Amino acid sequence: MAWVNAIIQGILIGGLYALFACGLSLMFGVMKVVNLAHGDLAIIGGYIAVGVIAVTHIPVLWSFVIVVPLMALLGYVLQRTVIQASLDRSILTTLLVTFGLSVVIENGLLEFINADSHSLGVGNAIITSSFSIGSQITIAYLLLLIFVVAVVVLLGLQYFLSMSKYGRLIRAVADDKEAAQLSGVDYRHVFGIAAAIAFGTVALAGIAYGMYSQFSPTTGTDTILLFAFAAVVIGGLGSLWGTLVGGVVLGVAQQIGAQINQSDQLLAGYIVFLAVLALRPQGLVARRAQS
Amino acid sequence: MSEPKGRGDAWTEERGTSDEGRRRPEAPQRRAGQTERAESTALLEVRDLTVHHGQLRALDHISLRVFPGEVYAIIGANGAGKSTLLRTIAGLHQPTEGSIVYDGKDMTKVRPERRATGGIVMVPEGRRLFGSLTVEENLQVGATYARKGPWTIEHVYELFGWMRDRRTQRTAQLSGGEQQSVAIGRALVANPRVLMLDELSLGLAPVVVQRIYAMLPQILATGLTVLLVEQDVSQALRVASHLQCLLEGHTTLEGRPSDVTPEQVEAAYFGLATAAPGGAGSPSQGGSGGMGLSQGGSGGMGPPGRSSGGVWGGRPPEEIQSRGGLGGVVPPEEMEQPLWPGSTPSSRES
Repeated sequence: MAWVNAIIQGILIGGLYALFACGLSLMFGVMKVVNLAHGDLAIIGGYIAVGVIAVTHIPVLWSFVIVVPLMALLGYVLQRTVIQASLDRSILTTLLVTFGLSVVIENGLLEFINADSHSLGVGNAIITSSFSIGSQITIAYLLLLIFVVAVVVLLGLQYFLSMSKYGRLIRAVADDKEAAQLSGVDYRHVFGIAAAIAFGTVALAGIAYGMYSQFSPTTGTDTILLFAFAAVVIGGLGSLWGTLVGGVVLGVAQQIGAQINQSDQLLAGYIVFLAVLALRPQGLVARRAQS
Repeated sequence: MSEPKGRGDAWTEERGTSDEGRRRPEAPQRRAGQTERAESTALLEVRDLTVHHGQLRALDHISLRVFPGEVYAIIGANGAGKSTLLRTIAGLHQPTEGSIVYDGKDMTKVRPERRATGGIVMVPEGRRLFGSLTVEENLQVGATYARKGPWTIEHVYELFGWMRDRRTQRTAQLSGGEQQSVAIGRALVANPRVLMLDELSLGLAPVVVQRIYAMLPQILATGLTVLLVEQDVSQALRVASHLQCLLEGHTTLEGRPSDVTPEQVEAAYFGLATAAPGGAGSPSQGGSGGMGLSQGGSGGMGPPGRSSGGVWGGRPPEEIQSRGGLGGVVPPEEMEQPLWPGSTPSSRES
């Protein structure tokens, strides 16, 4: 029964990892940008949520209404300025630039806020309570909520990409941005929209992580970026549903590892990550054209 | 009988001076036999375009004028700069010199997508479809920022009968000819005024190529102007109303297909004529001189698969020159010095 519990907890935490990963996957799939500042941007989302809640006193669960649009705007602006400028030079430049962005964000947070840990929604009943199935399985409402949000986000993204005008343009630009230009499409604007969407999911990931655990300026690279990478690689680069599969596999592996030995939690996740890299480098869900 | 000099030299002098100077003077061959071209204003004009790929000069002071309703064909061998020319007009390359004027407006600095929405739409070499999108989605992308005009996705389905039934298929699953049709459709739904076709025949079976070219009249009937690049000369000659041959970034021949002989085309295509008076000055003389066979400098370029050896067979260049301009008419004042002093084609025979 303890193993069943581990697997269930792993699946649920996989939803959080999928939220971490889908923005990273989208940015890579569309712009070929490996965004090394991804985790730090999620943490910025968390800090913005802390600030927004402190100022407006809106319920923590509704903070996304403000944080997501703010982050989406930031995403569009960053893409149209810094990231696009680095893309114009070379793909490798984007690695350097996003790495630099990560360093700047992390140290900026340390400098202008502090190194203290923050969390969201302490004392909120929904966030801290849980329900039990049988005697050994306890499910936290929060994890279930995050998992549902992750699935809804992925479904929404899927629908947007396959049905909407801009979704179509995003896929077209991901296929061939020069050909898109010849059809009158300003791919930089489409990139900006894709980045805005990615940053919106990053904001959700930051808020979710803030409710699930604590974050400090270094959490972004320590935890979120690494887990996001692992989930993306396990699931398959550029595949949206792959991020959910990857997140779930990573989560289950970690929970099973923890079941064996508490200190093996992270190790087990990375062993699966390495095994997928070695045996199935395209990921468990092979990329089917972005949708 | 004198030689069709004049134009070449005048052109050479004008080149690289003021913008005024770059403007191509009314070429005499237009007055002769091409009055309809001369009287209307060019829809698309390329002036003295030079494009570099790194160190390599891909285009060297190329000029052309495309008039409304024309089918303007640019032919030339591999590496002649044809695709570079189209891509530069589309905005995908920045020229180092020269300008592109469309509908009276200078487009040289305009971004590619703005040129497309303005009405210059290219079907790129190799189709370049959005492979993960369906046929219909490809057309929808093409129509997203379309100008107003007669072409809709529905019209494209009518033009290519098979397409409607297979509109939900990914384009990656289509055959080459089908992909080319979708690529043309994607360009058409943007309602271009100038449709640029880059190597439609590339990688397609001849029968498929003919089928696609057979669509051209229907496309032209909607009032389009076509600027096409073709390696397949016979195909280009069949459809073109005006012809320009490039060789290593220079114009070697220009005129109406009816006014040029196969020999001239062949010579221009392979650079069989020698003669390079003044080295650097000569390249563009062909462009304005009507039919000049410029230096080319491509002695080593063989005519693979073409029976050109016999065509030239010791024929003196004067015979070609004596045709004067393309219309066979060059005002006497233009003819003072030989364009190709004392050169013989035999020295270049392949």
